[in-house]
Amino acid sequence: MKSNPKEPHQSAPVEDVAAPKRSRLQESWRLFKRNKLAFAGLTIFLLFSATAITGFLLTSRIQIGFEVLGIDIKIAIVSDPIFDPALVRLQEKLRPPLARPNLEALSPEELPTLGLYLFGTDDLGRDVFSRMLQGAWVSLTVGFVAVGIAVIIGIIMGGISGYFGQKHVQLDHILFLILLHAGIVLLLLWIRPLWAAFLGAGVWGIILCFTWKYVWKRRSLPGWLSILHIDTVSIDTLIMRFVDIMLCFPSFFLILTVVALLPASIYNIMIVIGLTSWMGATRFVRAEFLSLREQDFVTAARALGSFLGFGVPPPHATWGNILSDGKRFIFDAPWLTFIPGVAILVVVLAFNLFGEGLRDILNPKLRERY
Amino acid sequence: MLSFIGRSIIQKIITLFFVSIVSFLVIHLAPGEPSQVDPLNPKFTPEMVERFRKEFHLDKPLYIQYLYFYSDLFTGKTISWKDNQPVLKKIWERFKNSLWLFIVGTILTWTLSFPIGIRSALSRGSVYDRSATFFSYLLISIPGFFFAYILIIFVVTRFHVPVIGMDTFGMGDASLPRWFMDRVWHLLIPSVLGATAGIAVLSRYVRSQMLEVEGQDYVRTARAKGLPEEQVHYKHALRNALLPFVTMFGLILPGLIGGSVIIESIFAWPGMGRMAYEAILARDYPIILTVNFISAVLVLIGTFISDVLYMVVDPRIRL
Repeated sequence: MKSNPKEPHQSAPVEDVAAPKRSRLQESWRLFKRNKLAFAGLTIFLLFSATAITGFLLTSRIQIGFEVLGIDIKIAIVSDPIFDPALVRLQEKLRPPLARPNLEALSPEELPTLGLYLFGTDDLGRDVFSRMLQGAWVSLTVGFVAVGIAVIIGIIMGGISGYFGQKHVQLDHILFLILLHAGIVLLLLWIRPLWAAFLGAGVWGIILCFTWKYVWKRRSLPGWLSILHIDTVSIDTLIMRFVDIMLCFPSFFLILTVVALLPASIYNIMIVIGLTSWMGATRFVRAEFLSLREQDFVTAARALGSFLGFGVPPPHATWGNILSDGKRFIFDAPWLTFIPGVAILVVVLAFNLFGEGLRDILNPKLRERY
Repeated sequence: MLSFIGRSIIQKIITLFFVSIVSFLVIHLAPGEPSQVDPLNPKFTPEMVERFRKEFHLDKPLYIQYLYFYSDLFTGKTISWKDNQPVLKKIWERFKNSLWLFIVGTILTWTLSFPIGIRSALSRGSVYDRSATFFSYLLISIPGFFFAYILIIFVVTRFHVPVIGMDTFGMGDASLPRWFMDRVWHLLIPSVLGATAGIAVLSRYVRSQMLEVEGQDYVRTARAKGLPEEQVHYKHALRNALLPFVTMFGLILPGLIGGSVIIESIFAWPGMGRMAYEAILARDYPIILTVNFISAVLVLIGTFISDVLYMVVDPRIRL
């Protein structure tokens, strides 16, 4: 970028040079506004979020109620969605975008809300515009929850690894953890007297370990017990080997296997994507290693899953499954492929550009020098 | 050096052992059994299911099944539950097909992304840099299969060449050059598609790496002592910027398996990824587990190679 001649360090009087008057946030915001691509990305992303939220409100049945002591109390404000994404009109299938509805073939309540099919209709005569509105919300939440889970696990694991990495796991820790886990497994198998004993021993052992370490610091152990304090592996090694194990599975298989075997629901998809993509974040946090991969990985995985027919179950529209259902009609009804395809492209692009801009600004090494 | 190699081989073997246990557990503890895949088939009488379970040791406890499976795998006796073919032979045949796709894709990725990234970094902020940034993000963001369909339609309508599958059906007695060109066309489009995302990511990475090195003190020193720009860029900066990519070279190995499922299923390419995908749908455990095991071995070999290479090229690293 060209350096701006009005920058303070070139023409400013001496007292301005002494200390920057702007806070960090203001400074970042100023730098951010100069990066036009990133700014455009943020704008598009905010527009998308707004669309997703209004889409959620406009396409779902509004029902206000609450639960008291396990009893559902419904206040009877139940109305049909303003844009109904599930309304099937077989006589109006595969209408092109901006087509006017055939007034004779439809009953009044089947008419599209806008008076025309803005984005056309699909093979069942459902309004693609309503489906896109509904899908925006699903895509937004899937993305946020999955990335959120991955980032949180990654920060915790990477933080532990980086901060406590040099500490060693001692034999007694392993012993009591095994007892604890045996207790949990026995509890799941419901082997009555044993689980309580194991669980109790594990919990007490861990409490004992901590008290020994932080409360009775000065007391030394009797000789035969000191075998319990032998260092085994460092925490860092442990976590990084675990990351290695997780990385050994092609993430695609892991996602597909779990998704193929668990009942498909939006929440399972989110959790599975989140649980299988935290390794990058862990390494990132641990080594502050810059990598472009995490950003596109999650979105790619999401789109992949939906494309192959897994992912969100059929009645719910997502941009991914509108796109993958549409591919059968690519020659007869190209809008079924192009509208969701371009929409995904624009949103993901905006998100990536925004992320790139943010990274440039927050990382002083990459920040542009003036 | 030798002690590092020994230590890391031992660590990798332990990791592999855990991977084998975890993958076995994930597959077997998940709901759904191979004997229940086709409950509507009248041939699946309860006796058949019982015989099936006995035949494949599904009636034994899990740890016995585990031992059976891995001893079969290492002696090469594992057979697919679907068609009783030896798994290793099936995988080898599919692997040969995937290998072509992988080689061409990798060559495209690695030869194109470096010049693009380096030029972007050297002319930072120029029109070239900005358009390269924008296009690489465009390519990263576009959903793969959407891009594939656009590309297929474009190539088929513009050049009138068939692109689906590995070769055109019924080309058996065509002349050699025609057969060859047919193969090349079929190979080119999926490889280009597979390479685009790679080029976009890698060239961004080259750019940021190069920029980071250009800001280092030794580059300033090189410039200060009056070296010509070319020498500063290509001798002092580029060499150091290339270091991390040596490690990445080892990490592309696992892409042999996992990287191509989508592309293979779009282009009906009879490769390994597609086979594994079909095996998951058919609950064909031997194939899923074997592919998983092989890919784990590839990941571990890849990280091992990259660690050793890193040590060889960068004398500052002492592992």
